[in-house]
Amino acid sequence: MIRFLLRRFVTMAVTLLIISALVFFIIKLPPGDFLTNQIAELRAQGESASIAKAEFLIRQYGLDKPAWQQYLVWIGVMPGPNGFSGLLQGDWGWSFEYDKPVVEVIGDALWLTLLVNLAVVIFIHVVSIPIAIYSATRQYSVGDYLATFIGYIGLATPSFLLALILLYYMNRWFGISIGGLYDSQYSGEPWTWAKTQSLLSHLVVPTVVIGLGGTAAMIRRMRANLLDELGKQYYVTAKAKGLAPTKALLKYPFRMSLNPFIADIGNLLPHLVSGSVLVSLVLSLPTVGPILLSALKSQDQFLAGFILMFVAMLTVVGMLISDLLLAWLDPRIRMGSGR
Amino acid sequence: MNTALPSKRHYVDPAPFDPGKTEPVGAESESFYRASSWQLMWWKFRRHKVAVAAAFVLLAFYALVPFVEIVAPYSQTQRHGDFLYAPPQAIHLMHEGRFIGPHTYPYTYSFDLESFRRVYTPDTSKPQPIRFLCRGDSYQFWGMWEMNFHLVCPPEDGTMFLLGTDRLGRDLLSRIIYGARISLTIGIVGIAVSFALGLFFGGLAGYLGGWVDHVIQRMIEILRSLPELPLWLALSAALPANWSPILVFFGITIILGLLDWPGLARAVRSKLLSLREEDFVKAAELMGASKQRIIARHLIPNFMSHLIASATLSIPSMILGETALSFLGLGLRPPVTSWGVLLNEAQNLAAVQLHPWLLFPMVPVVIVVLAFNFMGDGLRDAADPYH
Repeated sequence: MIRFLLRRFVTMAVTLLIISALVFFIIKLPPGDFLTNQIAELRAQGESASIAKAEFLIRQYGLDKPAWQQYLVWIGVMPGPNGFSGLLQGDWGWSFEYDKPVVEVIGDALWLTLLVNLAVVIFIHVVSIPIAIYSATRQYSVGDYLATFIGYIGLATPSFLLALILLYYMNRWFGISIGGLYDSQYSGEPWTWAKTQSLLSHLVVPTVVIGLGGTAAMIRRMRANLLDELGKQYYVTAKAKGLAPTKALLKYPFRMSLNPFIADIGNLLPHLVSGSVLVSLVLSLPTVGPILLSALKSQDQFLAGFILMFVAMLTVVGMLISDLLLAWLDPRIRMGSGR
Repeated sequence: MNTALPSKRHYVDPAPFDPGKTEPVGAESESFYRASSWQLMWWKFRRHKVAVAAAFVLLAFYALVPFVEIVAPYSQTQRHGDFLYAPPQAIHLMHEGRFIGPHTYPYTYSFDLESFRRVYTPDTSKPQPIRFLCRGDSYQFWGMWEMNFHLVCPPEDGTMFLLGTDRLGRDLLSRIIYGARISLTIGIVGIAVSFALGLFFGGLAGYLGGWVDHVIQRMIEILRSLPELPLWLALSAALPANWSPILVFFGITIILGLLDWPGLARAVRSKLLSLREEDFVKAAELMGASKQRIIARHLIPNFMSHLIASATLSIPSMILGETALSFLGLGLRPPVTSWGVLLNEAQNLAAVQLHPWLLFPMVPVVIVVLAFNFMGDGLRDAADPYH
């Protein structure tokens, strides 16, 4: 088990390293950067004091160096103007657009992003497992068809539009205020019970919207898995021997069908994170999504780079967790890769 | 004691044995045994009613693509300054209890000073017949010929906004029809890119094996663990702002295809690996077939059907991806019209509340995505005709 863990951690570190190079490359793709654009703009206005400041920042962050050196400084394996100070040392860089360190710009947003994604994962599992069991045990019933139909709709509707429509009707029918993750009066306030309550009620729409596509896919796969298991002889035997139906179902076929289900968490996460970015933009949730979009548009490279890294990190760690769970559940996997 | 049991008795058929004679095969099963695998797939696909229906829907949509200018009642840029945000107009057949053919009622416009909204009320006293096979807004057919022929035109000096108009008074139905051209081709072109990449890398990994396989496998794993949308965002933000809309279109398609190929490559690789061990490949090898022949005649046709099925299943994600990117303003930009660009205008709550018809472009998106999913399911089942 320890060897398996070690192997898994090493692969994860290598993956993250490659991802960081990819992210940096993509961010550097458009010509110029935030500061050079700003300097050109300031030149046009003839403000020399601000130009001096921008040029100082360029030197401080080594933006005048070649891209590969900038990359090495950014991840923190090469000394920059202020020594080794990069992602590895916990220095997330400077946001030029906000004129603040990246930590301050996205501090709260990181936790809220985590929270939203966690809520979605829980939602998907809580909703799709019972529905899948229902649909598999009562195949071709009205409820089964209904679940399949809703599943297909969830698969095909663009989530951002669903978000927009649900947002409108939630406000109209239930009076939940529009957008954001908590009521506007709480922004900047310390966390109190009232603020938490407001947060929870605002969490409903985003969770449902982001989770719907994933729920649909999960129901479909789980139903197919369970149907396969239900046709097998051990289940027939268990029932013939007089095991109570619920127990017969939950104790054997259900556990068998859970296995691929957990393996799927890894595939599910990238989609969820994508979905949450998009939906956050529409619902103006204070997660990293909207910040990422504006950072990309203004070429605020350290901010955009860090958010992309964070999102990738979220998925990679999620996949790690799913792999560990799977290894814990299924000894074949542990043994197979522990060689 | 009894003699030997009947089953133990040795039995010899007195009839003469003819080794050339075999079990007669019925005409039906004979045609089944002789059918090519493509034919078997077709038979199996045909049985999947929903998939066939979905295929027809898609056929209808794609048949529209070359002729959008003719089908759309208006040209996509025609603005109607007097009809900004006009709600959808209905087509009526009966006027005052009498059948007079399809017609619309003209809108009379007033401005509500209380709510600051434009109010359009149909004037039911003046029916205006819709024209068919007629001359209307002129356009450049395929960018070459100046034409003004339309299947359906609005009435003479009347209007026909079946799905309402947008903020510049452009007919939404016509714009959706024009948008179909871009939105539908983007899925196909994107999948072509990802298909080529997937075939190349998957083929390389499955065929060469060894460290090439290892490297490509790791590459696939890394790409698959990346969340698509943030990367799409980053890549499309990297498209130069001074590119022409057509270049942006190709840029976006390539971006969509670039992140989609790992799934296909993985399928190609595993199929190649498993097919290599099949008996018919061994037989061909023993009969002295060259490597090229085995690959071209035996391997590729066998996994092509699977590939086509899984490619069909990933077209929807491309269409949805384009829609999402354009919706955020990072994908295609006006004057190019796609469903995502149209939905970009419905981005705020005012659209949902005041002009709900601006959300209509989502209907074709949902229909096409569903149809591709159903057809892909049917194709996937049919792709393996021997099971």
